[in-house]
Amino acid sequence: MDQLFNRKYIIQGLFILLSLILIGKLFYMQVLSDKYFLSANSNALRKISIYPARGVIYDRNNKVLAQNQPTYDLMVTPNQVKPFDTLSLCNIIGITMEEFREKFHKAVVHSRNQAFIFQKLLSVETYATLQEKMFNYKGFYVQKRTIRYYPDSIAGQFLGYIREVNNNEIEKYQGYYKLGDYIGRTGLEKQYETDLRGKKGIINMLYNVHNVPQGSYADGKFDSLAVAGSQIITTIDSRIQKLGEELLANKVGSVVAIEPSTGEILAFVSSPGYDPNKMVGKGTNDSYKSLFANRYKPFFNRPLRGRYSPGSAFKPLDALIALQEGAIDPNTTFNCPGYYWAGNRKFKCEHIDGDISLRRGIARSCNTYFYSIFAKMMTKNGLKKQHATYDEWQNKVRKFGIGDTLGIDFPGESSYKLFTAEDNTKRHGKYWGYTTILSVAIGQGEISTTPLQMANIMAIIANRGYYIKPHVVKGIGNDKHIDPKYKEKHYAGIDARHFEPVIDGMQDAVNSSIGTAKESQIPNILMCGKTGTVQNNQGKNHSVFIGFAPRENPKIAIAVIIENGGYGGAYAAPIASFITEKYLTDTLMGRRINGATIDQYKAANLLPQLKENIAKPKLKTDSLNQATDTTKRELPIKPKINQHTFNKTAVEPKANATATK
Amino acid sequence: MQQQQSNRFFFKVDWITILIYMALCTIGWVNIHSAVYNPDKAFSFSFTAVDGKQLIFIISGLILGFVILLLESKFFSIFAPIVYGITILLLITVLVVGRNVGGNQAWIPIGTFRLQPSEFAKFGTALLLARYINTFNPKLTSFKSIVVCVAIIALPMGLIMLQPDAGSTLVFLSFMFPLYREGLPGYLLVIFWVMVLLFILNLYISQVTLIISILVIGIAFIFLYRKKIQKIILIAIITVASIGYLFVAKFVFENVLQPHQRTRIEVNLGLKTDNRGAGYNVRQSKIAIGAGQVTGRGYLQGTQTKYGYVPEQSTDFIFSTVGEEWGFVGCTTVIILYAFLLLRIINMAERQRSTFSRVYGYSLACIIFFHVFINIGMATGIMPVIGIPLPFISYGGSSLWSFTVLLFIFLKLDSNRMGFI
Repeated sequence: MDQLFNRKYIIQGLFILLSLILIGKLFYMQVLSDKYFLSANSNALRKISIYPARGVIYDRNNKVLAQNQPTYDLMVTPNQVKPFDTLSLCNIIGITMEEFREKFHKAVVHSRNQAFIFQKLLSVETYATLQEKMFNYKGFYVQKRTIRYYPDSIAGQFLGYIREVNNNEIEKYQGYYKLGDYIGRTGLEKQYETDLRGKKGIINMLYNVHNVPQGSYADGKFDSLAVAGSQIITTIDSRIQKLGEELLANKVGSVVAIEPSTGEILAFVSSPGYDPNKMVGKGTNDSYKSLFANRYKPFFNRPLRGRYSPGSAFKPLDALIALQEGAIDPNTTFNCPGYYWAGNRKFKCEHIDGDISLRRGIARSCNTYFYSIFAKMMTKNGLKKQHATYDEWQNKVRKFGIGDTLGIDFPGESSYKLFTAEDNTKRHGKYWGYTTILSVAIGQGEISTTPLQMANIMAIIANRGYYIKPHVVKGIGNDKHIDPKYKEKHYAGIDARHFEPVIDGMQDAVNSSIGTAKESQIPNILMCGKTGTVQNNQGKNHSVFIGFAPRENPKIAIAVIIENGGYGGAYAAPIASFITEKYLTDTLMGRRINGATIDQYKAANLLPQLKENIAKPKLKTDSLNQATDTTKRELPIKPKINQHTFNKTAVEPKANATATK
Repeated sequence: MQQQQSNRFFFKVDWITILIYMALCTIGWVNIHSAVYNPDKAFSFSFTAVDGKQLIFIISGLILGFVILLLESKFFSIFAPIVYGITILLLITVLVVGRNVGGNQAWIPIGTFRLQPSEFAKFGTALLLARYINTFNPKLTSFKSIVVCVAIIALPMGLIMLQPDAGSTLVFLSFMFPLYREGLPGYLLVIFWVMVLLFILNLYISQVTLIISILVIGIAFIFLYRKKIQKIILIAIITVASIGYLFVAKFVFENVLQPHQRTRIEVNLGLKTDNRGAGYNVRQSKIAIGAGQVTGRGYLQGTQTKYGYVPEQSTDFIFSTVGEEWGFVGCTTVIILYAFLLLRIINMAERQRSTFSRVYGYSLACIIFFHVFINIGMATGIMPVIGIPLPFISYGGSSLWSFTVLLFIFLKLDSNRMGFI
């Protein structure tokens, strides 16, 4: 029996051993590892985001451009639904029984215990009706949220739109966004996303195993409140923005207006545009698709990305540099016999003026005059040093904001290359001279600008020598702060005294009988400007006008480009004059001296006929084509038409408008 | 006279064990209350709530225990065959009229209560086994006595297996330790556990590898004992038997076991991950226990417990509540309480003059231990999910009463340890 008594110890030993195994396992699980603790939290703890209201966007006169509108989603929690009169609910929200069953099935598949969006975006009227009868529909409730609303339906491309975030954006912004959140995708909404969105609030909620919320974690100790988005006051004047959009209806083109003294953008029109209200609420996806497929590219941001040769609108700049260099003085005259000989090549001018001075040269847009001063500038150090001289010159042009981005506070600004001497060598071989690139003198060929840059050149001239970086926001938040860089002056390197002679010419262009834009004279206001007719290989020439008004203490500098509009004086100048008049006087006389009414301009349809297959663009002055070929933006494709042949395409001179070439 | 006798009687009862018993019941109730806690419903001492019911079970169990202490010691020995007979009858009854709860036909409905005869079969068996060994004082080395003992154990086991309740069936394996104490040859136990080991290895390793390994080991031993022909024959028989067993085991696993039992075993051995089916309970239980960390998340503060993430938490997975809300400290306390109780019962069993009391004591300790180890092992994921309750702590009247009766019978026997029964 003694021997058997020892078996007691074996059994007790077994008890102790196995107990120690259990304790060991518990020690590992509870003391050494925290993975279970984290799993318990991920089981029960969920962070619920509280979305703040997005900041309201105002125009410069505190008129609302974009605001928030409540909308209502009908939610359903399948497990809480009791039998009810399904048909009455269907009638209120306007769906069929079939759709009801389908939606309900979706909700059940999603989760029986979780709320599911049954019907999105109910109107206020539907909501009101529904609310009265809600007690009949157990398990349903209405959830309020806000969407954007644009009271005037203007400035779609300027304001941009908000869309659900995609995976790239979620990754890029490191944890702020989660699937289903909205983000400013284009325009102002994108640029000022962080100001507009505010700050999400977080509530740490506990959920039970059936996914029913059980209250907040740790009495809300780790919760944070939502901070509403900041308001944004833009520099846009909604009156002229709206007028600009109306005038550009059924046309391809853009209008940029700047307040010269501040660099504030007053109007930002890109046509064809779209109604921003189409990009919110019901049917957003459909309208997005149809806009995206539209061949006239309503999403293309022409003021900042449109690529245009400045054409004759470049001439004032030409003159300013020549004056600064002392190549000419205001009284220098050149003889224009109706053509210009560059070596053995003959360049035509539109009219025969004989001896012509600067003022008349600008007013008449005389090509010979500007070829002559370009030749004079390029050869001032001798023919052999032309390349270095060209570089010197193009650096002066750059000071006007050409060849680089201006740094506007808006996404997607393009910069188009201004050719250096080296670039010319690459294109033309090393033996090029001023005659090779003579078309640059009249803003054609190796020079491209955006409408914004053209307007900015006008702001420089209006300011007599400097510009402030164009910007679209006047103030952010309650303290209305802006980036100080939008207050700095940037000088163009031209002395103030050289501006008056040029401005004289620009005044005559609009306000004299010999001017190229004489039909666009505004009663009682002295607008100075310059027309341009940009050669367009794809179709009818583009109509360009740049100008500012009034002459003393200018309040507005403007650039108008109407693609396929023909002469600068034909469409661009009158449209600019209407906008300027509206801005300065808040009224419209409605009629210009040639008898055309504003409604005629609004009604004119200049949309180009699009071929089924757009040919590869050859000359990149057409925004419609250019957008299809953004990859080669760096170096413009060599124009098919070279200097020998482009005279052949010159159009007949007209009495009322002068075309470049 | 009466007064004096009763004093002597209570003096002899092992009060420390009763204190541990009451401590475990209290821990049980506190945790059941937490597991079913609903802040919207005030606690009610009634049959409408789980925690209310358990309190009634505990009090009535305690009364039952003291009633047992008032009985004559001889009563249990004398009535052992009758108790055994009744439990067998109940086990047969449950198969006929039983209610099916959770796949097992283990319950006899009596009014609002449900009686679980398999719980009571444990002490019926313990009593009869003790009586048999005591009366005939058999040497458990003889083949006949082993067969009788095995038969006493196997009859209720078989009936429970028919319900089918694998957990309660396996509990009867704990009777092998009292038998071992009474002289069952150790090698039989070794053979049994080797068979269990082979069964598990059979699932882990490919059968071919296993057979080759066994053959290599067998040949190695034959080489070692190459001079002794008898040993060579024995080794050869063992080797062949082992290989044969592998095929049988495979067949049993694939054809006899229920699919859910197979899955449970596979999940437990890490052969399958199954976070939704059988694995879900274990996963949630492990999360709850691990989340408790050192000192626990505080009473009524465990999110796993409060928000119902652990299924069957008041019954089989009650230990996860202890783990989450009381942490490592609470878990260790509970395990130490059990270990202390069991070691004490063994010591008490050894001081018995009668073999009946000793065998009964060992049976009691081993049954409790088996429950504790399997239950906590299951909650922490080192044992397969076989639904057996944690003694004194899990919710359930049948379980609590049967353990109370088991324990108090032993306390009664112990209070009379110097007597012959």
